[in-house]
Amino acid sequence: MILFDKVSKIYSKDSVALKNVTLKINSKEFVSVVGSSGAGKSTLLKLLMREEEPTKGKIFLDGVEVTAMRKNQLHHMRRRIGTIFQDYKLLPAKTVYENVAFAMEAAGRHDEEIAEDVPQVLEIIGLAGKKDSFPHQLSGGEKQRVAVARALINRPDIILADEPTGNLDPVNTKEVIKLLLKINDLGTTVILSSHDANVINSIGRRVVVLEKGEVISDEEKGKYIV
Amino acid sequence: MFTINLKRVFKTGYKNFHRNDWLSMATVLIMVLVLFVLGGLVFFSALAGTILGNFESKIDITVYFKPEAPEAGIFDVKKEVEALPQVADIKYISKEDALVQFKEKNKGNALILDSLNELGDNPLEAALNIRAKTPESYAAIGDFLAKKNYPLVDKINYFENQEIIERFGAILGTIKGWGAFTLFILAFLAVLVAFNTIRLAIYTMREEINIMRLVGAANWFVRGPFMVTGVIYGLVAALAASVMFFPLTWLIAPKLSFLVPQFNLFSYFIGHFVQFFGLMLVAGVALGLSSSLIAIRKYLRV
Repeated sequence: MILFDKVSKIYSKDSVALKNVTLKINSKEFVSVVGSSGAGKSTLLKLLMREEEPTKGKIFLDGVEVTAMRKNQLHHMRRRIGTIFQDYKLLPAKTVYENVAFAMEAAGRHDEEIAEDVPQVLEIIGLAGKKDSFPHQLSGGEKQRVAVARALINRPDIILADEPTGNLDPVNTKEVIKLLLKINDLGTTVILSSHDANVINSIGRRVVVLEKGEVISDEEKGKYIV
Repeated sequence: MFTINLKRVFKTGYKNFHRNDWLSMATVLIMVLVLFVLGGLVFFSALAGTILGNFESKIDITVYFKPEAPEAGIFDVKKEVEALPQVADIKYISKEDALVQFKEKNKGNALILDSLNELGDNPLEAALNIRAKTPESYAAIGDFLAKKNYPLVDKINYFENQEIIERFGAILGTIKGWGAFTLFILAFLAVLVAFNTIRLAIYTMREEINIMRLVGAANWFVRGPFMVTGVIYGLVAALAASVMFFPLTWLIAPKLSFLVPQFNLFSYFIGHFVQFFGLMLVAGVALGLSSSLIAIRKYLRV
């Protein structure tokens, strides 16, 4: 279970990303966080990863206070979360294969496991033929898929997907959403942030709407009306 | 688990080195320059030591005895001076030795030799040649001789050369002091340049460091490869610098021995190669490792 307890993030007086947000997400849930650009969606996900610190409030993950964790312990928590970043965040000096394998290496997995799992995942996302390419040789959609593969590879408890379809064409978008729904069916909590009404409305699960840093609606089987 | 991770850290460190070939080459090159400065300093101090030793061995005090002074009396004086702690070495030159030396020195000068023959008698005086352990102790020895005021002594050339000896001592002291200071500044600058180069190399990877942390890598798992890369920089630079010193010293040695005949740079290098290579290795690895460690600290924030 994830709990945001009265969380605020204030960058400066004129730039308030989140205002007193309280949000509870049960495990195995599929939640879409929606809102226009600058509504605070990315900030919400960044705070959960501790990529940034909240100005006020606490965040809990399965009863453990994420916001109080020591920095040199954060990697244990992060290994339980697979993140698909808006800007992919691929390692430019590593190949497709190595980018995906890195998440496993960092988690201390055995070489045999890595040799088995990585090709499988690359097959699923349709990039088996490009495993030796470097990120700069890939299209936006391909990079996005590598990011998805890396997020999935460690079979995390939670998937954070920050605008994962932002750079994809409709066909690829459908594929990614289908994949996320399937992962969720297998028991993984998914938190998806998006500003795309079509995408959200096709899912038909819980929708949390953010506006100017505040939660303005939170509905099971919600819709996002712009 | 630990060995797997260690293996990965080394592998990644090596990959970082050979994939970023331009960056690696530039960094190694800068470090080679630093090690060159360091090696140059070692050679310079060896050379300076030889030159100074050479000068120091040329300073001495000569005590001349009156022509009628008996050898036994001279030996008494010699014994007393020899007992002084500052004295390194004392040599007796008899009247006959002095004559032989004088004739040898003026071999080509017929006028002097003729006038010497004309005299018939040996006009030269017996002497004691005193060398002190350090240039600074000549004053003490001179004081001792002046205080004793031996009746057999005709003159002491220390007092004639006193000013020169003292000034020379002062100059030597200054050269040593400033030399050490200059070496220190140079070494410091070189280290700063190498440090900044490595920092720049890591700066270009700051985004990657962030990503690694965000996908769940422990701090040491991120830091490790950079440390390995830093060590590889040091090793390669030490190797390159040491190899390059072979032709370099070989080329410079003849020119240098023209100036300072007592010092052969190339044979000094060969003779001290193990120590020299060890110094290069230690300095290179320490520089690479510490620069990496300090630089990466800054980017391990997330």
